[in-house]
Amino acid sequence: MFAYIVRRLAVAIPTILILVVISFLLMYSAPGGPFNSERPLPPEVLANLEAKYGLDQPMWRQMISYVWGVVTQFDFGPSFQYTDRSVNDVIAQGFPVTLTYGLWSAFAALVVGVSLGVAAAVRQNSVLDYLAVGITIGAQALPNFVMAPILVLVFTLWLGWLPGGGWNGGQWEYVVMPVIALSTSYMASIARITRSSMLEVLNSNFIRTAQAKGLPMRRVILRHALKPALLPVLSYLGPAMVGMITGSVVVDIIFSTGGIGQFFVNSAFNRDYAVIMGITLLVGVLTITFNLLVDILYAWIDPKIRY
Amino acid sequence: MKLAQPDAKMLEEVGQLAEVRGRSLWADARARFFRNKAALAGLVVLILIFIFAMFGGLIAQYERDFVDFSLMGANAYRGVPSIETGHYFGVDIDGRDLYARTVQGTRISLLVGIVGALVAVFVGTLYGATAGYVGGRVDNIMMRTVDVLMSIPFMFVLILMLVIFGRSILMLFIGIGLISWLDMARIARGQTLTIKNKEFVEAAVATGVKPLTIILRHVVPNLLGIVIVYATLLVPQMIIFESFISYLGLGVQEPNTSLGALMSLGTKQMNNGTLWMLFYPLFFFLITLFAFFFVGDGLRDALDPKDR
Amino acid sequence: MTFHSKLLATTAASVLVLSGAAFAESHAMTGPNGEALAETQEFTYRVLDEHSSLDPGIVEDVTGSEVVRDLFEGLYNDSKSGDTLEPGVALSHEVSEDGLTYTFTLREEAKWSNGDPVTAGDFVYAWRRAASPELASPYAWYMSLMSLENVDEVISGDALLEDLGVTAIDDYTLEVRLKEPLPYFPQMLTHATTFPVPQSVVEEHGDRWTRPENIVSNGAYVLEEHVPQERSVRVKNDMYWDAENTIVERVTALVINDENQALTRFLAGELDRTEVPAGQFPRLKEEHPEEAISFPRLCNYYYTFNLREDGPEAFKDQRVRQALALAVDRNVIVENVLAGGQSPAYTFTPAATANFEVPGVEMAAMTQEERNARAQELMAEAGYGEDNPLSFEMVYNTSDAHRSVAVAMSQMWNQTLGVETTLANMEWQTFLEARSNGDFELARGAWCGDYNEASTFLDLLQTSSGYNDAKYSNAEVDQLLADAKTAEDPNANYTQVEQIIAEEMPVIPIYHYAGVYMMDENLIPSWPVENVQQNWYSKDLYFVADE
Repeated sequence: MFAYIVRRLAVAIPTILILVVISFLLMYSAPGGPFNSERPLPPEVLANLEAKYGLDQPMWRQMISYVWGVVTQFDFGPSFQYTDRSVNDVIAQGFPVTLTYGLWSAFAALVVGVSLGVAAAVRQNSVLDYLAVGITIGAQALPNFVMAPILVLVFTLWLGWLPGGGWNGGQWEYVVMPVIALSTSYMASIARITRSSMLEVLNSNFIRTAQAKGLPMRRVILRHALKPALLPVLSYLGPAMVGMITGSVVVDIIFSTGGIGQFFVNSAFNRDYAVIMGITLLVGVLTITFNLLVDILYAWIDPKIRY
Repeated sequence: MKLAQPDAKMLEEVGQLAEVRGRSLWADARARFFRNKAALAGLVVLILIFIFAMFGGLIAQYERDFVDFSLMGANAYRGVPSIETGHYFGVDIDGRDLYARTVQGTRISLLVGIVGALVAVFVGTLYGATAGYVGGRVDNIMMRTVDVLMSIPFMFVLILMLVIFGRSILMLFIGIGLISWLDMARIARGQTLTIKNKEFVEAAVATGVKPLTIILRHVVPNLLGIVIVYATLLVPQMIIFESFISYLGLGVQEPNTSLGALMSLGTKQMNNGTLWMLFYPLFFFLITLFAFFFVGDGLRDALDPKDR
Repeated sequence: MTFHSKLLATTAASVLVLSGAAFAESHAMTGPNGEALAETQEFTYRVLDEHSSLDPGIVEDVTGSEVVRDLFEGLYNDSKSGDTLEPGVALSHEVSEDGLTYTFTLREEAKWSNGDPVTAGDFVYAWRRAASPELASPYAWYMSLMSLENVDEVISGDALLEDLGVTAIDDYTLEVRLKEPLPYFPQMLTHATTFPVPQSVVEEHGDRWTRPENIVSNGAYVLEEHVPQERSVRVKNDMYWDAENTIVERVTALVINDENQALTRFLAGELDRTEVPAGQFPRLKEEHPEEAISFPRLCNYYYTFNLREDGPEAFKDQRVRQALALAVDRNVIVENVLAGGQSPAYTFTPAATANFEVPGVEMAAMTQEERNARAQELMAEAGYGEDNPLSFEMVYNTSDAHRSVAVAMSQMWNQTLGVETTLANMEWQTFLEARSNGDFELARGAWCGDYNEASTFLDLLQTSSGYNDAKYSNAEVDQLLADAKTAEDPNANYTQVEQIIAEEMPVIPIYHYAGVYMMDENLIPSWPVENVQQNWYSKDLYFVADE
C-alpha cells in the first residue's frame, strides 16, 4: 500500500511538469500579449513592462525560471493584470471560495443522490422509482447555465428569499444557490450509480440469506447492502470533485462568487499568463490528489483490492 | 461537466462477461434491448430527432440567417411562435426564424456529439488495443501516459485552446474528442488483454500475421460491442460539453448555431418576456439527451447479463 | 490619445469656478440644492469586470478610474457637467509668460486619511513614480502627453527621475515645467495618473500598498474592503477637507460579469445602478419609467475597412465602400437592435461633442430607400452583381450586442446588395491583435473621446495615428487636422474632414453611444447625466428622500 502511494506520487511529478509545459506553450503561442490594449503602448513603456515581468527573456529561460520559482519558493509569480497581487494571493482568495461551495456541493450530491438511488432501488419499478429516475435524468441533462438564472429569478426576484449573487465571506444565504446549481447533475449521476449497484447487491446471495434469516429490510440495507453498493459511487467521487471545481466556471460567472473559475476565464481572456498557469497547476494537483485519495479509500473499504 | 468514468468502470466489468458468451451474444442482446420499453422509446425519439435535424429544414419558411428587421431586438417580443407567420418556433433575438435555427442547432449538436464520440472511440480503441496487445514495457509506458493525461484539467486546456487558436468547429471536435479518448483506451486495453490469449489470435500469430493486422482484423472487431455502448453514452456528454463551451461564447461561429448557443441566448432573454427563445432549444436539447441516455442504458443492460 | 491646443478653448479662460464651497452649509438632511435627503446614503453599483489596479500611477481602466477618483484627489476635479474645472488639492495656479511654467498653490487643509498633510512633495513623488521605468506603468505615456520637461528620457531610463519637470517650491507650492506650451494642461490634471500618492506608505508596503489594510488616500473616500472579482467597498473619509459636504456614506462596486444577472439583481433591489442589455430599454422604460434612463455619451461605433496594400481588392474601390455604408439601415440598428436612445451616425464625430456642429453630409439627408437605390447603382457601377457577388469577412469582438449588430448589417447587405458576408467573432485580445496587424477585411471599432473635442475622434483617421487600423491616408485630411490645432475656429476644418470622410468612406459610422442605465430613482437627480464623458465622483452624489 505504502509503495503504491509512493509510486503514484512519483508519477505525479512528471504529470505536473507536462502540465506546466503544455500550458506554457499554449499561452506563449497565443496571439495578443497581456499588455495589448486599444491604445498601443509606446515602445519604451512596453519594454519597461516586459522587463519587469521577464517577458523579454527567451522562452526556455522564462519557463525554467518559472519552474524554479515554483519549486524552490512556492512562488507562482506576480499577476500581470492585478498589479497589487501575486498569483499566490489570487489563489488564496479564490480557492477557498471554490472549495467551500465545491465541498458543500459534493456533500449535497452524495447525501441526496445516495438516498434517492437507494430508495429507487429498494422500491424497484414503483412510482417512486420512476419518479427518481425521471428526476435524475432531467437533472443530469439540464445545463447549469440554464438552471442558475432560473434559480435567481425564482429565489431572488420573485420570492426574495436569497441574494442573487456575490459571496460576502461565505454566509449561508450566498452559498445555497451556487451549491444547488453545481451539485444537481452530480447528484443525478450518483443517484443513477447508486441505484444500479444497489440493485445488483440486493440480488446477490448474501443479501438473500440475510433476508431469509428474517432481518428487517431496513437493517439489511443499512448494515449489509449499503457498503458494497457505495463502492462504485466512491470511484466516481474523485472525478466528480474535480468536475465540481472546474465546473465552477459557470457558477462563478452567474453568481459572481469570485472563485477560481472566474479568475481562470478572465485571465485566459486577458492573457494573464501567470494566473492561468497557477490555476491550471492547482487543478492538476487537485485532480491527482482526489484520484489518489479515492483509490486509497477504495482499497481501505474493499478488502478484495490489492496493490 | 460530467466525466464518463462511472460508466467506463461498469463497462470494464460488463465487457468481460459479454465476451464469454460468444456468438449468441448479439441475438440475445437485441432481444433484450427490444424488450426494454424505455430504450425502445429512446431509440424511436432518437430517430425522429435525426429526421428533424436532417430534413426539418425542408418545411422551414425562412433561411436560418434571414433577419426580419421588424421582429428583431426590441421588437422580438412580437415574433411569437405562430403557424400563420411561418415562424413555427417564433424568432430569435436577432429576428431570425427560430425553427430553422433549431433545426440547424440540433444538427450541429448531434454532429459535435457524434464526431466527438467517434474521435474518442477511434483514438481510444486503437491506442488501448495496441497497448493491450503489445503488452510488457510498451503497455506500461502507454498506460502510464494515459494516467498522466488523466490528471490534466482538460476543460481548462480546451478553453485555452479555443481562446488562443480562435474558435472553429474543427478545433471543437479535436478538443472534445481528445479529452474523452482516455477512458476508452483503458476499457479497450482491458478487453484486449482477455482477447489476446484466445485461440483465434494465437492461430493468427502462429501463421505469421503482422501485429497491426491482428489488432485491426481480430482484436478491434471483438471490442465492438463495448465500443458501441461506450460511444452511445459518450454522445450526450459531448453535447452537454459543447453547450457549456457555447455558453462561454467559444462555440461555433455565426450564422451557424448549436442547441447550446441557442439556449444560452434564450436564457439571456428569459426576463424579457420571450420565453420561447429558451423553451424550444431546451426542449430539443433535453429530449436528445434523454433519448441517448435511455438508448445507452438499454444497450448496456442488453449487453450486461447480470442485470436482467 | 492626444490632446490638442484647442481643447476646451472656451473653458480654458474660465478654468476655475471656485464653487466648491458654494454648498453653503449643507447638513445631513438637505442636498446642495436644498432637497430633502434619504435616510441611508449608500450607493451600490455593478461593474462588468474587476478593476486592474487602484494605484493612481498604474490604473488604466474605466472601472478602476472611477474608484481612484473617489479615493484620491488630484490638483483639480471635473465639475458635474464636465466642461469646467473645480479646485481639488490645488486652489489656483499661475502660468508664466511663455506658457512653460505652471505654479500651483495647494490647499493647506488637505489631508491624507492618516492625518498627514497633503504636500507638493507628494505630487512630485507621484509624478516621478508614474514616469519611472521601475514602476513600468502602462499609463506612463500619459505623463509624456503632459509634455513635462525630460519626460520621455525619464520613461526610457535615460535621465534621472529628479530631472522630471516637477518641483516642490515649498509644502504648498508646486512648480511644473513643460517642454512646450500646452493651453489645456490644467484639464489634464483631473486624470488619475496625476493624483498624489503617499510616499511613506508606498515605500513601506511596495506593490501591496493599495490593499485595504495598507492604503492611505486623500480623496473623499477610503477603501474599506476589496475582494477581487467580487466587491470593493469605499467609505466616507472624515479626514477629507470637504467631508462635511460629502453625502453618500458608503459606495460598493459589485463585479457581475453577466449583464442579465445584474439586471435581475437590480430589479430585486440589490443594486442602485446597472447597465441595460441591448434591446431591453423600451420594455424597462415602460415597466419602470422612473428608473430607466438614457443620455448621450462621447463614443462612436463604426466598422473599418482594411485599406492596406494587401487588403481586399474590392475595398480599394470607393464606390464599394460608399455602397456598403449607404445600405446599412442605421435606424433599424438604433431603434430595434439597441433601442436605448443611441443616435444613428452619418459622421465619425458624435453630435454630443462640445462645439461640434454636425456637418450636413449627403447620406444623412436621404431616406433609406434612396440610400439603398444609390447603393445598388454604385455596386453595379463597381461591377458587382448577381453573377459576381461581393463577399468578405467581418470581425467583431465577442459580445451579444456586437453580434446582433453584425448579424443585422450582414443581412442588410445581403438583402439589398446580394453581398455575402462571413461573420467571425474573436475574443478581445485576439481581436486587437488582428486589427492592429491588418489581419482582417472589415472590423468593428469604437472609440470614446478622451476629451470633449472633435479631434479626439478625427485624429484616428490621420495617417500617422497608431489607432488608424484602416491605414487610411489622405494628405488633405492630415493637413486640415494639423491646421486645426492652431486654427482660430477649428470646427470649419472638422466639418471639411467629415465631408471628405463621408465621400471616401474609410470607415462606416454606425451609431453614437448612449449611456443606458437602470438607476435608483432617488439617485437620478444627482447623477451627472450631462457629463458626456461620465467622469463621476461619489462625493457629488446623493439620494433624495422618497416623495
